Amino acid sequence: MSHSIIEVENISKRYQIGANKEKYLSIRDEMVKSVRRVTSGVAGMFSQNQQEASDNEQDFWALKDVSFTVQQGEAVGIIGRNGAGKSTLLKILSQITPPTTGKITCRGRIASLLEVGTGFHPELTGRENIYLNGTILGMSRSEVARKFDEIVAFAEVEKFLDTPVKRYSSGMYVRLAFAVAAHLEPEILIVDEVLAVGDVRFQIKCIGKMGEVSQSGRTVLFVSHNMGTVLQLCKRGLVLCDGMVTFNGAAEDAIAHYMEQPFSSYGTVLIDSLRREDEKKPQIARFVSVSLLNAKGSIADTFHIGELMTVKFDIFFEVPVDAIMLSFIVRSAAGINIYHCVSRDTEFLATDVHGSVSITATFPNVDLYPGSYVIDDVWLATAGGEQLDIAKDVLGFHIAEGGSAIIRRLAREKALVHEVPTWYMV
Amino acid sequence: MESNRILIIEPPKRLLSINLQELWQYRDLFITLAWRDISVRYKQTALGVLWAVFQPFVTMIVFTFIFNRMAKIESGDGTPYPVFLYVGLLFWQYYSNTLTNASGSMVANAGMIQKIYFPRLIIPATSATTGLVDFAISSVILIGMMFYYRFMPNMIGIIILPLLILCTMMTAMGAGMFLAAINVKYRDVRYALPFFIQIMMYVTPVIYPVNMLNNYPVIKVLMLWLNPISGIITNARAGFLGQGAVNWEILGISMLMSMVFFMGGLFYFRNTERYFADIV
Repeated sequence: MSHSIIEVENISKRYQIGANKEKYLSIRDEMVKSVRRVTSGVAGMFSQNQQEASDNEQDFWALKDVSFTVQQGEAVGIIGRNGAGKSTLLKILSQITPPTTGKITCRGRIASLLEVGTGFHPELTGRENIYLNGTILGMSRSEVARKFDEIVAFAEVEKFLDTPVKRYSSGMYVRLAFAVAAHLEPEILIVDEVLAVGDVRFQIKCIGKMGEVSQSGRTVLFVSHNMGTVLQLCKRGLVLCDGMVTFNGAAEDAIAHYMEQPFSSYGTVLIDSLRREDEKKPQIARFVSVSLLNAKGSIADTFHIGELMTVKFDIFFEVPVDAIMLSFIVRSAAGINIYHCVSRDTEFLATDVHGSVSITATFPNVDLYPGSYVIDDVWLATAGGEQLDIAKDVLGFHIAEGGSAIIRRLAREKALVHEVPTWYMV
Repeated sequence: MESNRILIIEPPKRLLSINLQELWQYRDLFITLAWRDISVRYKQTALGVLWAVFQPFVTMIVFTFIFNRMAKIESGDGTPYPVFLYVGLLFWQYYSNTLTNASGSMVANAGMIQKIYFPRLIIPATSATTGLVDFAISSVILIGMMFYYRFMPNMIGIIILPLLILCTMMTAMGAGMFLAAINVKYRDVRYALPFFIQIMMYVTPVIYPVNMLNNYPVIKVLMLWLNPISGIITNARAGFLGQGAVNWEILGISMLMSMVFFMGGLFYFRNTERYFADIV
């Protein structure tokens, strides 16, 4: 009989936004703040409520009252948008950061894999890094030694074992890093979206390995944006939204629930709000915002078939760039990619770009069936193909039923694209 | 399959004890990290490990010229000044290197801290261990000098050597852990420490004997109590160079104070470490 191996009870996590955002505090700042606190404390002696209110504004609850249990041998997918609290939950489960309230009981050895290649040292050789990374992930040296050959074979780096990893290609580096992690044998494995690495062939190999892990009776908690992978690996899904669990059930249902969630932004989004906290901002150029505009040029998130829809990208270039290209995906609520629009397919070429630049992509007649869609994988690169910025799960929009171009009712789910051929009787 | 180990994750309580059992479980990580720091230290340098010898040696020559020849500072008991100075430099450099490395260690390993759990104590402890390797290498010069000046170390000197090293290590680690924890939040440490260490060297009897302060008894007492390295260096000289017996009272003060430094640093570190990942 299986019983719960992880019990999460009412976990909440509060961040002080002030402390979190200013990366480098100096003692002087803190002194200024405490002086201010004292003076406002004296001033606010008679109006204590006001003081409390201003304190609370700085708080941000990344997780609110999260409770769930995981059974022995279960593979659970945790899904949610950027900022929903997935990473915070994983960090608490892996003991990297403590919860503010609540309690978690784990029965077994936990290994967490929030990043591949943690602690890799560029000056050390592949062989040395295997030992280093292995022990950092919680293996003993003898355990690493026992699995050494297996790790090397999996990573396909036999020839370069005694080369410093700084001379590795990025593909080799990632393969080696994943190989070490894949050979961990904990009772509970916590994995963040680290599978989106390496070439496609290696990704398939990684997912296969993850499947083996969950089938061998170990418990896996898996966070991903890739619904296909979640479906493949997990039986159960947990949907997080704004720090709360909004769904807990079969993986298929969880994905459906996640896809139905409205985006919190209507028709426009600041890309920085999607970036993960620990993510470095791109250096050369970055997306500032992405918006959807209707025929009148105003921001909208609902369109009808036959209408004009413009996707507008506001980009900031720190340094001048000769020529750029852009691409994005339009994905259905069910997770099917419908369009992959690439600027290079047309004659359009933005050249000599610097500072604030806006680029639009217009669909003169939207031909999508009624339903919810997502703009995903917004990608900016130089004309030479060097990636400058990328944003995922950017913006949702809806195609409403009806509209002037349609005379009959289009049933959702019947099709994805409304195509009108020319009809003849011959 | 089922493990008996139950892990409970809860909001941190005040006053954490040191989980020795857990530290023991992570001993392999400590060994690997120490080994990493040692093997990376002189990678891609032409002189490699010679740097550990070169630095104190050149410092000794320059200091001997300035402080002994020009400023006429003497060892006070007839010991040739270069040997006298070198013993001081040896301990001082171990102390200051460990302190510097330990203070910066949490920030230097921020990537690991944010992604993996392990007892954070391992990181500053690693700094103290890797410093020992440099200490051992630069000791070679001391042995050479002792041959040159025909010194035989006292038996007592050899016996108290591990104790002196341990006291230096504990003082450096104590202050290092304290500063490492502060450095996570306030990067001021990065600017303050080099300056502080520079000043501290003059407030430690590295280039002069502690007896030169006999006319300033208050300063001498303060120095011996607040700066355990003073007593350590004084006794190392007595023990090695055999001039003047080991001063047990001073040694006692150093031992006591290094313990105080260590426990204080450890206490502060343990009570702030759970939030390192959030603020580093």
